Amino acid sequence: MAEKRLRILVAKPGLDGHDRGAKIIARALRDGGFEVIYTGLHQTPEMIAEAAVQEDVDAVGLSVLSGAHMTLFPEVMRALKDRGVSDVAVFGGGIIPEDDVKKLHDLGVREVFTPGASTEDIVKWVHDNVHPRQ
Amino acid sequence: MKTKQDWLATTYKKAEERPGRFSTVSDLDIAPLYTPDDVKSDYAADVGYPGEYPYTRGVYGSMYRGRLWTMRQFAGFGLPEDTNRRFHFLLAQGQDGLSTAFDMPVLMGYDADHERAKGEVGREGVSVTSIHDMMRLFDRIPLDKVSTSMTVNCSASILLAMYLVVAERQGIPWSSVGGTIQNDMLKEYIAQKEWICPPRPALRVVTDMIEFCARKVPRWHAVSISGYHIREAGSTAVQELAFTIADGICYVEDAVKRGLEVDQFAQRLSFFWNLHNDFLEEVAKLRAARRMWARIMKERFGAKNPRSMILRTHAQTAGASLTAQQPINNVVRVTIQALAGVLGGVQSLHTNSMDETLALPTEQAVMVALRTQQIIAEESGVTNTIDPLGGSYAIEALTDRMEREALEYIKRIDDMGGMIKAIETGYPQREIAEAAFHYQRQLERDEKIVVGVNKYSAPEELPIETLKIDPALEELQVQRVRKMKRERNSAAVRESLARVAEACRSGENLMDPICEAVRREATIGEVCDVFRTEFGVYTDPGWL
Repeated sequence: MAEKRLRILVAKPGLDGHDRGAKIIARALRDGGFEVIYTGLHQTPEMIAEAAVQEDVDAVGLSVLSGAHMTLFPEVMRALKDRGVSDVAVFGGGIIPEDDVKKLHDLGVREVFTPGASTEDIVKWVHDNVHPRQ
Repeated sequence: MKTKQDWLATTYKKAEERPGRFSTVSDLDIAPLYTPDDVKSDYAADVGYPGEYPYTRGVYGSMYRGRLWTMRQFAGFGLPEDTNRRFHFLLAQGQDGLSTAFDMPVLMGYDADHERAKGEVGREGVSVTSIHDMMRLFDRIPLDKVSTSMTVNCSASILLAMYLVVAERQGIPWSSVGGTIQNDMLKEYIAQKEWICPPRPALRVVTDMIEFCARKVPRWHAVSISGYHIREAGSTAVQELAFTIADGICYVEDAVKRGLEVDQFAQRLSFFWNLHNDFLEEVAKLRAARRMWARIMKERFGAKNPRSMILRTHAQTAGASLTAQQPINNVVRVTIQALAGVLGGVQSLHTNSMDETLALPTEQAVMVALRTQQIIAEESGVTNTIDPLGGSYAIEALTDRMEREALEYIKRIDDMGGMIKAIETGYPQREIAEAAFHYQRQLERDEKIVVGVNKYSAPEELPIETLKIDPALEELQVQRVRKMKRERNSAAVRESLARVAEACRSGENLMDPICEAVRREATIGEVCDVFRTEFGVYTDPGWL
């Protein structure tokens, strides 16, 4: 049986308009063999969770450079939980101080990629750590 | 006399050459040497004298010998009183103009108490919702003595109105108010991505502001035509040059279509360039830009007043070039970039702080950034003479080349039907995304080096203190906004917003109705809601 390709939602929550990184990562993940859906900018946590369900994704990658990550990441996770899909892996990146990276890990965010991370690292991480949902 | 070809084939060939390509950060191939033969331009027609057409060597006759560039550090965070304090600090440290950073809710047209503002209040800039915030923000700052730049775009009309009402309340006539509002919507769709409504109505609002300022606020720059963000989004230097100038062309065309004479408004169009890593490329870019704009204004638009032809610019060192790793290295990067700006003849300069990949700058970090400019101005000697790199074979050859390549892009955009059409089909957006992806690939293959990241990384990073925004201030601001909304005359506000809506529909200039709304304590979000209703809401096409 053919192996189902992993489906990843790359999302930009909140008002932050910096999408250079998110678009590069979406493209790199696509080149890396994954099915990628990019939400575009200015998504609310509800919209992201809705898209995750509609698109039946295995993981959601969030990009936040506005400093609002400690509000937005938890809200996305809550919205996913409310829809009964807390098994969707949440990871992300952006401008996130070390202290907050730890807090996000504690909240269940699987990995946080900060400035300097390579697309190679991210693709490899997804390959090694994200599994198709049952 | 030996030719360059001969020299390349003999002396150079015998000498060592390091492996790899020699290219700018934007991937322009650079020759081992430039000689007089590489410079095709004519000194009289193409280079000329400072303060004279085509202004390649500088927009003013005496440039920095007459007046140094304005040192204008971008600042804004937290509550208006926090930023007011930072403003006073910076002015006391020798800065000569203000530059305001607003938070994401302001930039996207939402009040601090809006659902979509949650977690974002005061984080990327200062929180402002009503005229009261604006009064606090500029407390004890005389608006006839200090010029202010405001970085805001889709809600710019309201912020300008608020600034003008603050001036009113300080007893200052609008004719004495000087400054700039970014208000460059075209580059929002291309790069910065702060919008409310689609491009065409957004352009209408920009033109309203150009027209309004030409008549009522003559010292004000109604648009800062920006390349900075285009570059930050990942474009090459040539793309930055081309798309920015193409945006400028679109604004001039729209104002002329409105019935304005070019010489009525063009002298208050200003520009805003990025100052990136590649020193030679940046200096050449700034010189090419001046020459291009002068020619376009004269030949394409028939400007008669020399003041309509001169490209006056603010510039900022490249945020995207800074590293989170070994942040003190950023001081060095910023110095080189700032120097390129000065040698490129900018009128106003912001130097980034070393900690800006991590957070908004601390007082200490921004002081170093300001001192960088002051040391260049007072100690480096480059301000003793105008355009000292002019005549360098490399610089003149690069200037010519960048002009040539940028003009090709502009022609392509013209052939598409202009910048609005180009934006609607995603042309500049896709070019930029492609360039960004290309650069990232080069970085990951070590074809381009970033010290501390893919070369010379440190096993252990020394932590530095960064600015923290107290999350409690969001609640404070929300409460203030709610209280203000309860206590003001709601009927008067509603009436004023209805007037704005009417003006949206009739095509009448929006600025007077918006000024009146602001006087009556209408908020940014409320006026923007009128735009949302009347002009529609634009959503990100999400092209990769």
